[in-house]
Amino acid sequence: MNIIWDNWPTILTVLVVFGALQALGGGLVYVERKICAFMQNRVGPNRVGPMGLLQILADGLKFILKEEFIPKYADRVVFIIAPTIGFIAAMLSFAVVPFGPTGDPTKIEYASEYQFVIAKNVDIGILFIFAISSLTVYGIILGGWASNNKYSMLGGLRSSAQIISYEIPLGLSILGVTILSGSLNLERVLWHQSADIGSWHIWTQPLAFFLFMVSAFAECNRLPFDLPETEQELVGGYHTEYNGMKLAFFFLGEYTHMVTTSFLMVILFFGGWHFPGIAERDSLGVLKLMAFIVKVFVFIIFYMLIRWTIPRFRFDQLMSLAWKVFIPMALLNLVAVMIVKEFDMPLWLLTLVSIAIIVGAGFITSKPPMRIVKTAA
Amino acid sequence: MPIAETDVRWVKAPTLGLLDRLYIPAIMQGLGTTIKHVFQPKVTQQFPEVRPDLPANYRGLHRLNRDADGRVKCVACFMCSTACPARCIDIVAAPAPPEWKDREKYPEMFVIDELRCIYCGMCEQACPCDAIELTSLFDLTGLSREEMMFDKEKLLSVFDETVKMGKDPIRTQAGVLSCASEPSI
Ligand code: SF4
Ligand code: SF4
Repeated sequence: MNIIWDNWPTILTVLVVFGALQALGGGLVYVERKICAFMQNRVGPNRVGPMGLLQILADGLKFILKEEFIPKYADRVVFIIAPTIGFIAAMLSFAVVPFGPTGDPTKIEYASEYQFVIAKNVDIGILFIFAISSLTVYGIILGGWASNNKYSMLGGLRSSAQIISYEIPLGLSILGVTILSGSLNLERVLWHQSADIGSWHIWTQPLAFFLFMVSAFAECNRLPFDLPETEQELVGGYHTEYNGMKLAFFFLGEYTHMVTTSFLMVILFFGGWHFPGIAERDSLGVLKLMAFIVKVFVFIIFYMLIRWTIPRFRFDQLMSLAWKVFIPMALLNLVAVMIVKEFDMPLWLLTLVSIAIIVGAGFITSKPPMRIVKTAA
Repeated sequence: MPIAETDVRWVKAPTLGLLDRLYIPAIMQGLGTTIKHVFQPKVTQQFPEVRPDLPANYRGLHRLNRDADGRVKCVACFMCSTACPARCIDIVAAPAPPEWKDREKYPEMFVIDELRCIYCGMCEQACPCDAIELTSLFDLTGLSREEMMFDKEKLLSVFDETVKMGKDPIRTQAGVLSCASEPSI
């Protein structure tokens, strides 16, 4: 009993975050539909409630009330477990992500004060997130396999092809950031950037941010990398056979993943809750929270804008992009960070290096083979 | 016969410059396009509240036209049902009443199965008397199949309804007074 009583703030935080993430999942579906509609000169959902806002509830109700159908030849146990794995892994990885104002993690009183993070001061924070969130892919692969459907199977296989492509640049890209801030602990990385706007990592690590963002898109199965789903070729891919609440779990997992990676991008590269003039180290907690949430939403909206802008990659294109372009770029960036740190060189050198690597990559990429096409005049 | 060498135009794939090969400018351009669309006026029509403005030659529900005396214009010549590719017009002809001096036959029964119809407008084109026309009514619904079999009375009532709307004028092809209305000599 005592253990619950002593930790009530944490338990309350867990409950609030758990609820908020699920509500956010529903809300994001609505936002996504609206943005998609606006981009296609439509108005989007507007029938249920004011501005269609109750559409969220209607969708949720539909998911809950739908018949739970399991195909006859599906592997029932795995079929049910798969979405659960995806959902739990996505939720769990949020545990170490600070989502509001956090103090200075190097101080002693940090542990005793309330911080806006479920698991405080986890020194392997980034590792934990990567370890857990790559488990979501198991949900997809298992779901695709258990459905006993060729489309689903192909979706699951593509997902495994995808994970071996993006995981490495994803991990490599943020090594530079961790070296610069000297910790894998997300709160420390955040605190390290909260001094002033110049200490945000985006200035010294623009290349790493770019690589991380693209890999995160792939990790969340968002277009242009939604290969496992591909409505057009695979009629929904791994979730072709899913319906009702199990499908909702897949979606919730995907949207939670999106939220988590948006938080990560803000924490690792854009100073977390820090915003010059509005949310400095000694500002009110509310302001910090607001600044944080606004930044995260900018990224979520960006995810959606990209989704309706860029066409999908083929999975061999994704693989060659990740292995032939991103990994060498990330490695070069990492070496540059190490050299700058080792010899105490000025940090602005890293910005130049990032730009040089991007431009250099543009030069190196092989010229397209000269295609000569015969056409009737 | 192979294409003569002189007729062949050789096209080279455009070489990509540095900016093209970085892809980032292209992506920015794409984002610009999509974001521009977010702020453009929307084209959605709020259907039940806002009715679409259909062109006058829209092919919707049929009607059977009346002549100047209010009688059915149709002379039961079976041209429409012969032309109909969906075979959905069912006509039973009967001798015209003796006081109808201008024709020999009239349709005793005239049924169109609106569920089978493909709204091609062939019946309208085939009719020598402009007796059958497709109106701009498009949102017809019914609770049963029987309800969607439109008989003569129903088709005539469609005429009464639409002729006043101004949307569906009588589109005569055979002159003001078509064949059935010509006064007998
Ligand atoms: S519109 Fe075409 S299908 Fe319909 S009744 Fe006329 S001829 Fe037949
Ligand atoms: S073609 Fe015209 S006149 Fe002939 S049966 Fe059909 S509707 Fe009547």
